[in-house]
Amino acid sequence: MIPDDRLYTAQHEWLKVEDGEAVLGITDFAQQELGDVVFVELPAPGQEFAAGSEIGAIESVKAVAEIYTPVAGSVEAVNEGLEDAPELVNEDPYGGGWLVRLRLDDEGPRDDLMTAADYEAQLAG
Amino acid sequence: MQRTVLYRRHVESGARFGPFAGYEMPIQYEGVLAEHRAVRERAGMFDVSHMGEIRVRGPRALPLLQRLTPNDVGALHPFRAQYSALLSERGTFIDDLLVYCLDPEDYLLVVNAASRARDLALLEAAAAADGEGVRIDDESDETALIAVQGPRAAEIVADVVGGEAVELRYYSFLHQNGEERMVSRTGYTGEDGFEIYTAADRAEDLWAEFLERGSDAGLMPAGLGARDTLRLEAGMMLCGQDIDEETTPIEAGLSWIVKWKKGDFTGRDALVRQRENGCRHRLVGFEVEGRGIARHGHRLTVRDVPDCAGPVTSGAFAPTLGRAIGIARLDCAGGGPPEPGSAAAVTVRGREIDCRIVRLPFYRRPKRGV
Repeated sequence: MIPDDRLYTAQHEWLKVEDGEAVLGITDFAQQELGDVVFVELPAPGQEFAAGSEIGAIESVKAVAEIYTPVAGSVEAVNEGLEDAPELVNEDPYGGGWLVRLRLDDEGPRDDLMTAADYEAQLAG
Repeated sequence: MQRTVLYRRHVESGARFGPFAGYEMPIQYEGVLAEHRAVRERAGMFDVSHMGEIRVRGPRALPLLQRLTPNDVGALHPFRAQYSALLSERGTFIDDLLVYCLDPEDYLLVVNAASRARDLALLEAAAAADGEGVRIDDESDETALIAVQGPRAAEIVADVVGGEAVELRYYSFLHQNGEERMVSRTGYTGEDGFEIYTAADRAEDLWAEFLERGSDAGLMPAGLGARDTLRLEAGMMLCGQDIDEETTPIEAGLSWIVKWKKGDFTGRDALVRQRENGCRHRLVGFEVEGRGIARHGHRLTVRDVPDCAGPVTSGAFAPTLGRAIGIARLDCAGGGPPEPGSAAAVTVRGREIDCRIVRLPFYRRPKRGV
């Protein structure tokens, strides 16, 4: 099931926007593709990023996937639990495996992001 | 892309596939970490049927292999195997391989899939130059290879192919049912284990039998993903990645496969020069101490030794050790290789991460009571 309380990117990330903040993570499809996650590199709180920039990386045993932010903002918090338990990205990608929380520069509509239904259609297509 | 005869079995087991040396091979089933752990703690089973098997037979087989490989084939008794290589004139690896002695005029070479055609051409050319005394046959397509590895491999293998296999010493083998099946106590994981060569048309049944009868002992199918992390922890080189045509056995820390007193062989002059003058490049093991993972292609720099640096040839998170490890090919300029314990660093995504040079292997299996 793909949660319908958030938005999705073509790169298999999700974004949950609330009160001028956005929580970012990767989708269940993405974690399955990556396999066992063993290390997550996250930005420092306070760092500012433009939309589309690379903010970190997720490493599985075999592969490295960069994390991009689809929105501009500054890092409010990162998921510190991933330092000791990177497997949370596999086990709970939509919940405990979240990556970063951003303070949004711009609270306008996110037309470039997909709804859960659109993302599901992309996966099926 | 080619498939092994076990392809359908892998699909049944839910494998995820990837390309390797022209074959569509299972990379993982349940997951690399689970499969890695199964091999260290219980048992795992690998399809490595992509490996090549080349038969070298005839009264001139022994002198031909003595000339083409650095290890001493003459020291091999029937039903014993040795690790060796095919080297270039520069003493560098064309391939690494196992030489099985079936009898003093009959040998089986087990070679890497990626270099099989080249190995075969090299052997055939040498045999042709030799006249009538050697026959070379590529038996790869008729042969499947299943590796059963792990502390409980012996009891599983005893159950499936018979207890005589468990009496085998390391690097020994036996035949069953004529030559239809060959059971060898060898592997590429750092654990006790067996490699079972079987007629290709019997492989599916054998695979299924191992899965069924091994499940009580915790046997899992394991893919090339776990095979890679297991061999790296055990400090074993991957040909085409760690060792290649730019690397000699001396540079790779594999001098023990070079037997200086056995007579001439391809690459010997170059290796003698290296032995006398030292070598500029060295493969070394390192551990990552900071947060991060060094990968193939990253650059390792030894601190406090000017100009001692080089590319990471293998790098991965080591599941058994719980930290990242790797092998790097250092250019040590004039100086020797760095001492184990030397501080080093690798740059990953623009960030410098602390590393330390360590002795290989990274992992040695615990001694277990028999």
